[in-house]
Amino acid sequence: MIVKIVSKNFEIPNAHRLEVARANGRYTSLSKLFSMTPNAVICEVEQSLLRGKGGGGALTGEKWRLIPTDGDKPSYLVVNADESEPGTFKDRQILEFDPHLLIEGIICSSYAINAHHAYIYIRGEYVFWAKRMQEAIDEAYKEGILGASVLDSGYALHVTLHRGGGAYICGEKTALLESLEGKRGHPRLKPRGKEPEWFFGNPTIVNNVETIASVPFIITEGFGAYLAYGTEQSPGTMLFGISGHVERPGVYELPYGVKLIDVIEKTCGGIKDGKKLKAIIPGGSSCQILRADEIENITLDYESLKKHGSALGTGGIIVMDESVSIPKAMKNLFEFYHHESCGQCTPCREGTGWVDNILGKILEGKGTPQDMQTILDACDMLNGKTICVFAPSVAFIAQSYIEKFKEEFEALIH
Amino acid sequence: MNAFTFTPENEAKFLALLERYLQKSSLTLPSLWMVQYQEGWISTEAMKYLAQKLDCSPMDIYSVASFYTMFNLKPVGKYHIQLCKTLSCMLRGSEQMSHHLEKKLGIKVGETTKDMKFTLTHVECLGSCGTAPCMSLNDDYVENLTLEKLDDIIDGLKS
Ligand SMILES: Cc1cc2nc3c(=O)[nH]c(=O)nc-3n(C[C@H](O)[C@H](O)[C@H](O)COP(=O)(O)O)c2cc1C
Ligand code: SF4
Ligand code: FES
Repeated sequence: MIVKIVSKNFEIPNAHRLEVARANGRYTSLSKLFSMTPNAVICEVEQSLLRGKGGGGALTGEKWRLIPTDGDKPSYLVVNADESEPGTFKDRQILEFDPHLLIEGIICSSYAINAHHAYIYIRGEYVFWAKRMQEAIDEAYKEGILGASVLDSGYALHVTLHRGGGAYICGEKTALLESLEGKRGHPRLKPRGKEPEWFFGNPTIVNNVETIASVPFIITEGFGAYLAYGTEQSPGTMLFGISGHVERPGVYELPYGVKLIDVIEKTCGGIKDGKKLKAIIPGGSSCQILRADEIENITLDYESLKKHGSALGTGGIIVMDESVSIPKAMKNLFEFYHHESCGQCTPCREGTGWVDNILGKILEGKGTPQDMQTILDACDMLNGKTICVFAPSVAFIAQSYIEKFKEEFEALIH
Repeated sequence: MNAFTFTPENEAKFLALLERYLQKSSLTLPSLWMVQYQEGWISTEAMKYLAQKLDCSPMDIYSVASFYTMFNLKPVGKYHIQLCKTLSCMLRGSEQMSHHLEKKLGIKVGETTKDMKFTLTHVECLGSCGTAPCMSLNDDYVENLTLEKLDDIIDGLKS
């Protein structure tokens, strides 16, 4: 099942070093890139139907079109390496094993949107990976791959790595930009229509690390080669990270459309210690939970997961066996959301805390029959009344835990 | 007079970074990091110093520094253990690791040992869910934690 587009060089020793990276195909897309116009590059990416790998699955080419071509303001590319959605640990593989692939992707993407400076915003905890990435950037500058004229093409590009300070919400693109501007990471109000993002008032594109790392293949091999993998609406591949109760957790690059159950049973060696599967969170903790009896027909693509009432999200799959207490798992996640709410919107700041407290009370055996309804009421308050989608996703996941594992909560309430 | 100033190396780094951003304010996070590496934590004096350098008020700096969990606004132990407590790590035994560390260090989560050697904190998902349980020890990740591994590490640091 495994396909190697983005992960092609992951197992090659020292592929993070420029010399080895180049010997294994890195930067070969650039001669073709510079023979194309930026518009032709966007067309290629549009036709590949490349979808963002940061959680939302937005079409990348369509998004790049939002950058005005006739404006007098400079444009920017910002690479989202914040990777803090619980259950997600894929971007770090690219940063660790193939940082030059990311730089190559940054060059292709920046060229397409006419940007001359790109920023990589990396989560503060990733100290080792930030060093790795910075070393690769330094090597690239030294060899003229970055700087005033990328490989003597006349196209100038600078790349700056920026470390975050440990705040989950800074993965949200507008909070990330606020943070990059030196402020608290507070998400911005959404505009009414379609617009690019704005970095100090300049048009900006924010893309996930893996999205950008998928671009060189599309440039070199053409959009048709990318469409050959995956499904019609979700073409290509994704780095799926599987954690929790499986025999072989890890990151596997798979084409979209593979069966979830096969990934667990075959790719990951089945449930740990021969136990039975109880539940799965399919795409990072912000996706609705699925019961074992719901997953038989699920395939790993945006459409199938949506149809089954959840989401593909970041591709971070958390597997739970029969021994797990779902109320306890839910409480664990609500501690996370309570801690990570940026605090701008009262329903989110207070609501996440209430739910966390009520769950704590239920787990201590002090719950009352009214508590479940109170949680659902709090969800109503979280949904649709806040600046960013953090609160609504929290509401949806809470509802899914309570609806799907009602008996377990009730059993704790005497 | 401020008690805090950047070392010459940090000052040089600061000036080099100025070239890479559109506005000075973008240097807030990089500067806070430099302070923290220089001093181990971020004092009020350091925040006043940064405010002067970045043309803003000390309150602006405090407001940013206190938003991000990784900036220590009070001194921490020489070894800062940050154990991940989020779901994938919990499923793989982080609670057991936490109890073990508390017992072994004689402190509760959130505390520092009297000799200022160890601080134990709980943190949220570190992005190592596939190699859970996981912690970070100062700047380094330790993954696939076991009780034996913890014993080896702590005993090594204690001696
Ligand atoms: C609460 C929240 C957290 C997010 N965290 C991340 C993250 O850590 N990394 C990421 O790439 N995208 C994250 N996103 C999605 C970004 O806002 C943005 O859509 C994405 O980086 C766009 O890139 P893509 O189109 O290439 O996926 C988050 C979104 C929300 C609402
Ligand atoms: S919904 Fe929550 S995280 Fe999003 S802006 Fe409001 S308070 Fe912040
Ligand atoms: S849950 Fe601990 S590293 Fe992700």
